[in-house]
Amino acid sequence: MTAETLPLTSARTSWRIAKATGLVILFSVLLLVLVLSLRIGSLGLTTDDALNALFNYNAESYEQTVVRSLRLPRTVIGLGVGAALAVSGAVVQAATRNPLAGPSILGVSSGASFAVVTAIFFLGVTTPEGYVWFAFAGATGASVLVYGVASAGRGGATPVKLALAGVIVSALLGSWSTALVLLDQETLHQVRFWNAGSLAGRPLDIFWTVLPFMAIGLVGSVLLSRQLNVMSLGEDTARALGLHTGRLRIIAGVLVILMTGAAVAAAGPIGFVGLAVPHMVRIFTGPDYRWIIAYCLFAGPILLLGADIVGRIIVRPSELQVGIITALCGAPVLIAIARRRRIADL
Amino acid sequence: MNALIDAAPGSPRVAASSRRLRTVRVGPVSFRLNLRTASIVGLAALSLTAFAAWSVTLGSFPVPISGVVASVFGRGAEDHEFIVRTLRLPRLIAALLVGAALGMSGAIFQGLVRNPLVSPDIIGINQGATAVTVFWIVTGQPVALIPPVAFAGATFAALLVYVLSWRGGVAPSRLVLVGIGVNAVASAATTYTLVRYPIEQVGSAVAWSAGSVYASTWDDVQLLAVALLVLTPVAAALMWHLRILQFGDDTAASLGLPVEVTRLLLVLMGCGFSAIAISLAGPIGFVALMVPHVARMLAGAMTGSVLILTAILGAFLLLASDVVGQHFLPVSLPVGVVTAVVGAPYFLFLLYRANARL
Repeated sequence: MTAETLPLTSARTSWRIAKATGLVILFSVLLLVLVLSLRIGSLGLTTDDALNALFNYNAESYEQTVVRSLRLPRTVIGLGVGAALAVSGAVVQAATRNPLAGPSILGVSSGASFAVVTAIFFLGVTTPEGYVWFAFAGATGASVLVYGVASAGRGGATPVKLALAGVIVSALLGSWSTALVLLDQETLHQVRFWNAGSLAGRPLDIFWTVLPFMAIGLVGSVLLSRQLNVMSLGEDTARALGLHTGRLRIIAGVLVILMTGAAVAAAGPIGFVGLAVPHMVRIFTGPDYRWIIAYCLFAGPILLLGADIVGRIIVRPSELQVGIITALCGAPVLIAIARRRRIADL
Repeated sequence: MNALIDAAPGSPRVAASSRRLRTVRVGPVSFRLNLRTASIVGLAALSLTAFAAWSVTLGSFPVPISGVVASVFGRGAEDHEFIVRTLRLPRLIAALLVGAALGMSGAIFQGLVRNPLVSPDIIGINQGATAVTVFWIVTGQPVALIPPVAFAGATFAALLVYVLSWRGGVAPSRLVLVGIGVNAVASAATTYTLVRYPIEQVGSAVAWSAGSVYASTWDDVQLLAVALLVLTPVAAALMWHLRILQFGDDTAASLGLPVEVTRLLLVLMGCGFSAIAISLAGPIGFVALMVPHVARMLAGAMTGSVLILTAILGAFLLLASDVVGQHFLPVSLPVGVVTAVVGAPYFLFLLYRANARL
């Protein structure tokens, strides 16, 4: 029996209309942010320049070349990374039933960082294109290890074991990265910029490389949202309702690994978006993961691209890495939410 | 949605352990003593002492164990006494005390928030200290003032978290979320400092932020010892209140516990432990997170005596990591880099063995 077949009270209908309206508003804000991201930077442009560069490209125009070669790549990468991080955060929080869990709980960031540091230290790789597959492999390897350790013992991968294994493996890999960085200043010099997390200086090729992984993860998460709702009722209830919880966790884990691995490979470790965006959208959506994931799809890129735009403006003509800005902008919002709301679901 | 850390009251585990409880009365003070826990504590303390004595024998100038014991009591040969008492003992004792402080800090925070992932590393205290100190180092300020600066950073971050969480009371879940927010701001500030300044200064700041007990002096040890002597008995006594608090605010209040005052005291204890450790050794991660779990897996729910066990295990982990980092690697590494390498495999093994209760 689905919700649609039940008689709807007028209150529920209006609540749904309100949520759908919110989604439309978010979508419009996202479009606005996309245009702003094409326009704003050390070289200020008009909306006409930005749109012409996309739909009516004139290679002679300097402004349009800037849009095509610099602004467009970072905008689409920001779009993909923002959506992937926010949605994977929501999926992780649902599957582990721990509101403090973010995508980094599976050790993704530290795994990617570990692989990139190793690549710089031993192989001398120094370009963002060179980092992509190392970062992806590191992220995937770390999360598979975390999942393997958590599910190996008796009782399988319970939320607490999963979270603990993630934190422990992160600490282990983080130590290795720190050790290498302490031994070689050149590696530290390279990796400190990658570790800050940035959308700048990535060619469009990187976006096409990671897009398939992100797309599978995002579509899969949307399809999984109904099961995540059941899961959030608790392990026992979900089982009693006929959900195969172990299988759901594995599927959710694979989706999260695909999304966050792709995100960290494209932009470096950008913390906080995956943790904070689901909390922010829950104010408007309530606990229903079908809505949370839909909202996250738009709210993630809005936060990430908005932060990127702010980073381009505030220290002109230089730039501030987006990973720094997401934390600086997102954290006060998270604190404000934590203060204003009675967090019953924590 | 909290994962309850302690065994639920009425579970077979609690019933079985209650048979081993003894009441101890010393003058006006009386407390219950769990014989099993007490024997685990005794065993851990004994092996820690043996391990610590052995660790003093290691180094580029080996000192036999008899020489170590004699030097500690002031009856050793002159060169032995110099090496043991001036060079090795301060570092050893600093490692022990820092580890103990970190372990107890983690136990208090995990119990307070009833979330097993909480430690001072996560709720902003370490990062607060790191942000301030990294800025202090890269801008070339006097190195001698690093401990008070780090202490101030840690305390300020803790204060900020507490004040921002206050809304007619401090709900634990709010404390964590606010802590994560403050943590994010502080680590963003650190990242900014690290990418903004030239690599030469950044190198030494990163080295500090790895966490190390290298070059500890007797003054450091004295400071740590005094702080721990003041804080530990209070914290151990508060464990009883902490367990009542874990029934929930309403139940605790109806049992006559002044909820907010107790919570403030516990937060003060947790922050005090971690701030004093950070100020002398830098932000050493992982110990505060891991050690309380190990103590609980070995001895059950967190009580005053399990808190002492946590302190001993924290000291053990930090000392073992320092020994490994100093003597058993091709290059000498700061203890903060090694703690995870030493502790993580054991923790993963415990996690593998742990039953479905977790």
